[in-house]
Amino acid sequence: MKPKFAMYWAASCGGCEIAVLNTHEKILDVDANFDVVFWPVAMDAKYKDVEAMEDGSILLTLFNGSIRNDENEHIAKLLRRKSKLLVAFGSCACEGCIPGLANLSPVGDIVHTAFNTITTDNPHGIYPRTSYDVPEGELHIPTLAKALRPLEQVVDVDYYMPGCPPESHQIAAVIDLVVKVVKGEAELPPKGATIGVGDSTVCDECPRARNVKMIKEFTRIQDIAPVDPTLCILEQGVPCNGPATRSGCNARCPQAGAQCIGCYGPAEGVMDYGARLITAFSSVIDATTPEEIDHILDGIPDPTGQVYRFNLAGSLMKANKSAWEKA
Amino acid sequence: MTDDTFEPTIIGFTCNWCSYRASDLAGTARMKYAPNVRLIRLMCSGRLDPTFVLRALSGGADGVMITGCHPGECHYIEQNYKALRRFLLLRRVLTGLGIEPERVKLVWASAAEGAKFAAEATAFVEEIRKLGPLNWGKADSGQQTVDHEEPSTVHRPSSEVEVPA
Repeated sequence: MKPKFAMYWAASCGGCEIAVLNTHEKILDVDANFDVVFWPVAMDAKYKDVEAMEDGSILLTLFNGSIRNDENEHIAKLLRRKSKLLVAFGSCACEGCIPGLANLSPVGDIVHTAFNTITTDNPHGIYPRTSYDVPEGELHIPTLAKALRPLEQVVDVDYYMPGCPPESHQIAAVIDLVVKVVKGEAELPPKGATIGVGDSTVCDECPRARNVKMIKEFTRIQDIAPVDPTLCILEQGVPCNGPATRSGCNARCPQAGAQCIGCYGPAEGVMDYGARLITAFSSVIDATTPEEIDHILDGIPDPTGQVYRFNLAGSLMKANKSAWEKA
Repeated sequence: MTDDTFEPTIIGFTCNWCSYRASDLAGTARMKYAPNVRLIRLMCSGRLDPTFVLRALSGGADGVMITGCHPGECHYIEQNYKALRRFLLLRRVLTGLGIEPERVKLVWASAAEGAKFAAEATAFVEEIRKLGPLNWGKADSGQQTVDHEEPSTVHRPSSEVEVPA
């Protein structure tokens, strides 16, 4: 009998599923070696089918998406119970990713914005209710949590696989490894390991030249003409998140002429991603007086979003004060 | 924020060559200053990783005081300028997280300025007292789910990491 495989999406965009499909024929290895028991985006399955499974009966679960509501939390706990190996798959599950930026606002504001902006046609001011009485009984929809959480803040996680989404060649390598483990030809990495990644920073994979040049101005990449194709992007004055970001993507964005936005999350040994970036950006500022430094820093219009773009929910501070203070 | 019993917890980072000696001088000269500041000695203010500040604030500190040599007088030539740049960017990031930037303060104090160190520490404690407790440990309230219809008073679980007073 083949070992069981599951994949779930919580608060996510579906890009991780596409990245899995982008492994092309490697996806057939999954089917050849595993019995896919639960994968809502790819096959029909009900939560109660999972609930009926024996605890620990699923060998491998790839969990993508973060925990935004009580449904996400319920399924995370359920899959934890049913799975031997639970992998936080993709940036959302690992560190909150873009959905985690919602932690900059109180949840009430988020709902209000979603149902009450000038582009929303909602003349009667109707807001969703979490429970509603119908003749057949009471209906429920999931309730939003005050703050979004990465998977590890809710359940115990065995492995982390960052990336938005994880690069397909990295996924293929992990699939290969698990298949070998199943056949007894390889051993699993130690619990808690980050898999399918490099062990350094994006800068280490980036072919651009660094000259320890200081800058007088931060700017946006579209405002530089022309962009030097061989020089470090940070040294050209564009905030590039490479210095704090884990390698594994072959410095895809800098190679294509854009700054690293940090989707592979904190590099090995980085406790707080944003703090590491504050240090990196500060080190290129060519100024010694507070006035001049502040003037240069004005070139980063949204410093919090810049340094925590993918990492806010997984950072030391986790959320804006208002998100946990107000309902 | 009108809690009379509130005693701010402040973490102070000092430079081995100047501000740590300033605090030492304040001590040996028996100057009186607020006892709320817990000092951590670094070799230089340039050693201050912003992670230290975030760790302190998320772990229960109400304020962080960073001290170093006066500009131009760094034992390691120019590292205090690095500290200044990090401090200014960090304050902007903290503002975006809803934290009053005044909770992090940068003070230059030479080894001879025991009196200045003591006065700045006392003044900072009073500023933080006015701002009230930060209680960031309680931010771990994600497990709380709220109904968007009736935002009720929300119980916050006690912090995971408590800094003893």
